[in-house]
Amino acid sequence: MLEIKNLHARVADEGTEILRGVDLTIEAGEVAAIMGPNGSGKSTLSYILAGRDDYEVTEGDILYNGESILEMEPDERAAAGLFLAFQYPLEIPGVATMTFLKTALNAQRKARGEAELMTPDFMRKVKAAAGELKIDAQMLKRPLNVGFSGGEKKRAEILQMALLEPKLCVMDETDSGLDIDALKIVADGVNALRSEERSFLVITHYQRLLEYIVPDTVHVLYKGRIIKSGDKNLALQLENEGYSQIIDEAA
Amino acid sequence: MSVTELRPRTPAETALVNLAEAAGADEDARRSAIEALRREGLPHRRVEAWHYTDLRALMGRRLGKDQAIEAIAAKEAGSTESVLAPLVAGSTVVDLDRSEAASAPTGVSISASDDLADWHETPNHLDRPVDTIRVVNAAFGARIAKIAVAEGTEFASPIEMRSGIGAQSHAGCSVEVGNGAKATFVERIEGGGSPAPSSGVSYLTVGDGAEVLWIIDQAKDSGAAHLGQLNVTVGADATFKLFLLNSGGGLVRYEIHAVTAGEGSEIRLRGVNLLENDQHLDVTTTLRHTYPNTTATETFRNVVTGGHGVFQGMIKVAREAQKTDAKMACNTLLLSQDGDFSAKPELEIFADDVQCGHGATAGEINADHLFYLMSRGIPAPQAKALLVKAFVDEVVEELETEDAIAEALVAKIDAWLERSH
Ligand SMILES: Nc1ncnc2c1ncn2[C@@H]1O[C@H](COP(=O)(O)OP(=O)(O)OP(=O)(O)O)[C@@H](O)[C@H]1O
Ligand SMILES: [Mg+2]
Repeated sequence: MLEIKNLHARVADEGTEILRGVDLTIEAGEVAAIMGPNGSGKSTLSYILAGRDDYEVTEGDILYNGESILEMEPDERAAAGLFLAFQYPLEIPGVATMTFLKTALNAQRKARGEAELMTPDFMRKVKAAAGELKIDAQMLKRPLNVGFSGGEKKRAEILQMALLEPKLCVMDETDSGLDIDALKIVADGVNALRSEERSFLVITHYQRLLEYIVPDTVHVLYKGRIIKSGDKNLALQLENEGYSQIIDEAA
Repeated sequence: MSVTELRPRTPAETALVNLAEAAGADEDARRSAIEALRREGLPHRRVEAWHYTDLRALMGRRLGKDQAIEAIAAKEAGSTESVLAPLVAGSTVVDLDRSEAASAPTGVSISASDDLADWHETPNHLDRPVDTIRVVNAAFGARIAKIAVAEGTEFASPIEMRSGIGAQSHAGCSVEVGNGAKATFVERIEGGGSPAPSSGVSYLTVGDGAEVLWIIDQAKDSGAAHLGQLNVTVGADATFKLFLLNSGGGLVRYEIHAVTAGEGSEIRLRGVNLLENDQHLDVTTTLRHTYPNTTATETFRNVVTGGHGVFQGMIKVAREAQKTDAKMACNTLLLSQDGDFSAKPELEIFADDVQCGHGATAGEINADHLFYLMSRGIPAPQAKALLVKAFVDEVVEELETEDAIAEALVAKIDAWLERSH
């Protein structure tokens, strides 16, 4: 489903290289976890996947279902099934959450040549998804993410993900900021979305999330490169030993 | 005075005086206003209050050398009155030229008068001794219609004031809202294709404990000129809310001058200025706090796709006006390199125990916000439109008014956004 090939990228306006040859393949239905020390380039990778233009790809390619997405706009990537749950979801004053959700959903449907969702159907869908994630309907009456607590913002990201039904879900530290119960709720939400056709790229610092969302593969990103890959046991090993040994081995 | 008399009139000034005379100079008061206009001419950039709106130069471009007055006058006479639905459905429409309403609500009286605007003094100390907008208004013979709302009267639907929509017009009104009354007014400024300006001068007295919402809906034809002024006195414990929506016109200046007349009064000014093409739009406000414990908040949001915008906001706090709480903000969204916006907020504070602040920002659409919306599948033009709309709709929300009024304002804004994107 996703093939990242020798990806090199730098900050567009100042030229600092952040990704230095990332190679990563994710199959359909696979849950891949990426771990790695602060500043290793995890969020940068997620932004580049989503199409943020602050970064410039200098080498390599990203293939999604066999085709390069590097020339695609963020909205085109989203319509093609890519979703990024942000590490720091943005507050957008003045944009009503419901208006936003409906606009996004229908824009994607339109891009895929599907009929727009009528308001009653849309409302029903939102209500059901919000209910499962235990999101208060009152919250959805506010402007997008404005005044949401850290955990509420993360939950709202998963709500968007559930509504948009993407094919490739990139989740950047969705667990940080969530309380223990919320972590369980969000993980259940994600597990409910797991399917043969849907893949996940889960970025996290903690083994705890991976106990709930059990990954098929675990990769360690360090200084802009994947330095080690393994199965779920690699996460356990990291939890116990930290990164130093793996970093030394790779050097 | 003798010094100014030596200055030769510009063709535009001469044309304006001639137009005023052609419209009739039948009585002394009006003749003296025309004399003042002839003597003082139009303000230019060295007059501080008009620094960003050099009326002499801007009028010069409109009423240049070869503009035949007959042609302008003929154009005015030829324009027809359009049938216009009120901004808010169910409003009482008052024709200021005839000083009459279809049917005035109970507790409201409307009558004609022979008064002209008093141009001998100006509410803005940065202006010249003769008030420019008032002198033009009086020279063109605008009569001050009187509207009175009796004490304690409350009526739900707005009173919409119009004057000579579709023609060049010069109107005036004096509105007295009695103690404890509650009323909404809409000043409708539309039409007008002539290079000469239309004008409107209003006086509003908000009685003690009264609540007034005054909406200015300025949507003149592109290329038309208008000079407007609202003078407000806000009584003790009274609330005065204002919404100014500028979505049209070629050369427009609207001045709002408010003064407190008792403790506990609240002034809330909100406005949206939508600019395109080669428009020149100027909003100038002065707030004078002269009693203790009064509050004022002032927010203008501007969307610029072209043209020149100006905001001048002056807050004056007198020595005795302790505990004044006054805030002013002017935020501009620049959507194109073709336009600009100048903001000049000023505070003049003589009391020591006050909270006053102002801020002016100008910028483009927030790239992070845009990315976030696009990452959810919303294409760039639609995402930008959402963000621009959010930027201006927030100000309507802050007005905290009835749904019907807020919706009418948002609909007007939407229509502009749709047409200019
Ligand atoms: N726009 C930018 N301008 C300058 N430096 C940047 C920019 N974006 C990222 N960086 C730098 O690139 C490096 C990688 O950042 P990134 O946010 O991808 O790390 P991360 O692995 O997600 O870290 P964390 O675990 O703390 O979230 C950091 O050193 C960061 O400072
Ligand atoms: Mg990160």
